[in-house]
Amino acid sequence: MSPKKLDIRPVVLESGIDVKPTYGPDDVAASATGLSVGEPGDYPFTRGIHRLMYRARPWTMRQYSGFGTAADTNQRFHYLIERGQTGLNVAFDLPSQIGLDSDDPMAAGEVGRVGMAVDTLADMETAFEGVDLDKITVSLTINGSATTMIAMYAAMAEKRGYDLQSLRGTAQNDILKEFVGRSTWIFPVEPSVKLVGDTIEYCAQHIPKYSPVSVCGYHIRESGANPVQEMAYAFLIAKAYTDHSLARGLDIDEFAGRLSFNFDIHGNLFEQVAKFRAGRRLWASIVKGYGAKNPKSMWLRMIAGGGGGGLTIDQPENNIARGAYYALISALSGTQTMALCSYDEAYTIPTEKAARISLRTMQILMHEMGLTDTVDPLGGSYYVETLTNEMETRIRGVMDEVDAAGGIVKAIGEGVIQAQVARQAYEYEKGVFDGTIKKVGVNVFREEEEDHDVSYHPVNAEDTARQLAKVAGVRAARDGARVESSLAALKEAAAGGDNVMPATIEAVRAMATVGEITGVLKSVYGAYQEPLAF
Amino acid sequence: MMTQRRPRVLLAKPGLDGHDRGVKVVALALRDAGFEVIYTGLRQSPEAIVSIAAQEAVDVIGLSILSGSHLPICERMRDLIADAGLGDKVWIVGGNIPYGDRPKLEELGVSRVFPTGTPFDEIVGYLKEHLP
Repeated sequence: MSPKKLDIRPVVLESGIDVKPTYGPDDVAASATGLSVGEPGDYPFTRGIHRLMYRARPWTMRQYSGFGTAADTNQRFHYLIERGQTGLNVAFDLPSQIGLDSDDPMAAGEVGRVGMAVDTLADMETAFEGVDLDKITVSLTINGSATTMIAMYAAMAEKRGYDLQSLRGTAQNDILKEFVGRSTWIFPVEPSVKLVGDTIEYCAQHIPKYSPVSVCGYHIRESGANPVQEMAYAFLIAKAYTDHSLARGLDIDEFAGRLSFNFDIHGNLFEQVAKFRAGRRLWASIVKGYGAKNPKSMWLRMIAGGGGGGLTIDQPENNIARGAYYALISALSGTQTMALCSYDEAYTIPTEKAARISLRTMQILMHEMGLTDTVDPLGGSYYVETLTNEMETRIRGVMDEVDAAGGIVKAIGEGVIQAQVARQAYEYEKGVFDGTIKKVGVNVFREEEEDHDVSYHPVNAEDTARQLAKVAGVRAARDGARVESSLAALKEAAAGGDNVMPATIEAVRAMATVGEITGVLKSVYGAYQEPLAF
Repeated sequence: MMTQRRPRVLLAKPGLDGHDRGVKVVALALRDAGFEVIYTGLRQSPEAIVSIAAQEAVDVIGLSILSGSHLPICERMRDLIADAGLGDKVWIVGGNIPYGDRPKLEELGVSRVFPTGTPFDEIVGYLKEHLP
């Protein structure tokens, strides 16, 4: 009798790794990279940055939220906190994100649309009314205008009596990835990096518990990068900020411990888990290579949540199930903070109901499924350990390639990374349309009579008028001479190459607007010109 | 025999929305399908878009909008397109457009709405059918 020949379906992960039907100890040994698995809480932190992880402290739940005026957003914050959310992640509207005032002609139709409108310190104060900033950590999803918003947040906290020495929180403030995806850039690449450096330096010296930068692989992946590129580009960008900070004379242990990361979850479960385990130890070895002595400097602290890129317009309720799996991946990966895109995000900014379902999804995982009982529960799996090794090798490979071609800042400045991910996004979409990439409800198990019955987040037409009235009121009531002199001082600091943060804080205290502050910086730095070849 | 020029498509991102994955993949798909594609880049005013459309003598004006601001933007576009005498051009809109807003956009003069997730073939087929 001849042995039966099995027809093995080939499986290749997005990252290009061939998957075998079974894995064993030999595969783990053959793929070893030199960095160990080790113990949780010990270098190189493959299994987690803390010894006890969720057993000591479960992940923070931090849904992205914000819309309309600061008062509308404050209501949603309280709604989420009352329902057990443990952190806030603030969405700003597009004018605020690119440094325009609500009454700028370019802002017409955009005020309060995709996040809350912030023109002055007065809005920042309204947004956090009644929120205990010691108990609820706040993440500001702000990049182009981050120096101004961090200054406003610090000024707001100070005004309310918080000590800046112990103030916690995070700003996204990863401008390099904005040139690849998300696109809220304002200034050219070089001064943009300089401004990130200003926040790192200022926080290290004055707000030491604040995390001034959250380096985002997330948006690069959403723009078309595969999981290996997501990690590689994020690490290269984090290294660019690190090199810049070191060149200013900061010590690696003064700031590396406050760098954090934001990653994307959709796609193959095991590939994502391996991506994070590999990323954790690779980042630890990179920071160690910079001469860091403090293990905390080597931690890959991260928010990792369900990415919008995996969700579908078709059969939108399926996205609730997808979100739950993404949350599961996130917990299995040992993230510190979790957020999920809500099921209706392909249509609208999340309704209250959709935001609550996302929050409950994470709470079910935390309280019913045993995900907080033991650290790195997939550690030791032959498959996961092999994949972890292979991901690490591939991430290093992509990093080396970019470095050999002149580095990430050059590659982004010339639009090379943008062109690469756009091309990959195109290939991915073609794969979905021709069915080689399966999406349930889209190209398999499609319903002929599509149900697009989604409730929309209501847009309040009066919000814009209210915001315009508020900024006009602030302008009328403020001390004009103080605004003028603070903006003049800011211009001098920017032109002289000084750290702009002290002058920016002075300007926001004087009630200078986001648009005025950005205008001053633009007059010194100029504006970014987008490369359009792809 | 005259050589026929390739149909020319202007793809634009009006307003402040920075989501450009969709517009870039559609640009690549149309290019592969034989169209000449001009992409404006981000943060274009309706005035600038219509002015480029006139200057470049395009056959198609395509807008990609994912910020929810499609109605005010397209109201402005309608007036500018009329003023520039470009009412005979094919005008398409893509992005996160609620189903209920499609008829409103069509009333403003949009030829066809292609929401996020529309297969490339559908866009290419529509343009081939509706271009002279």
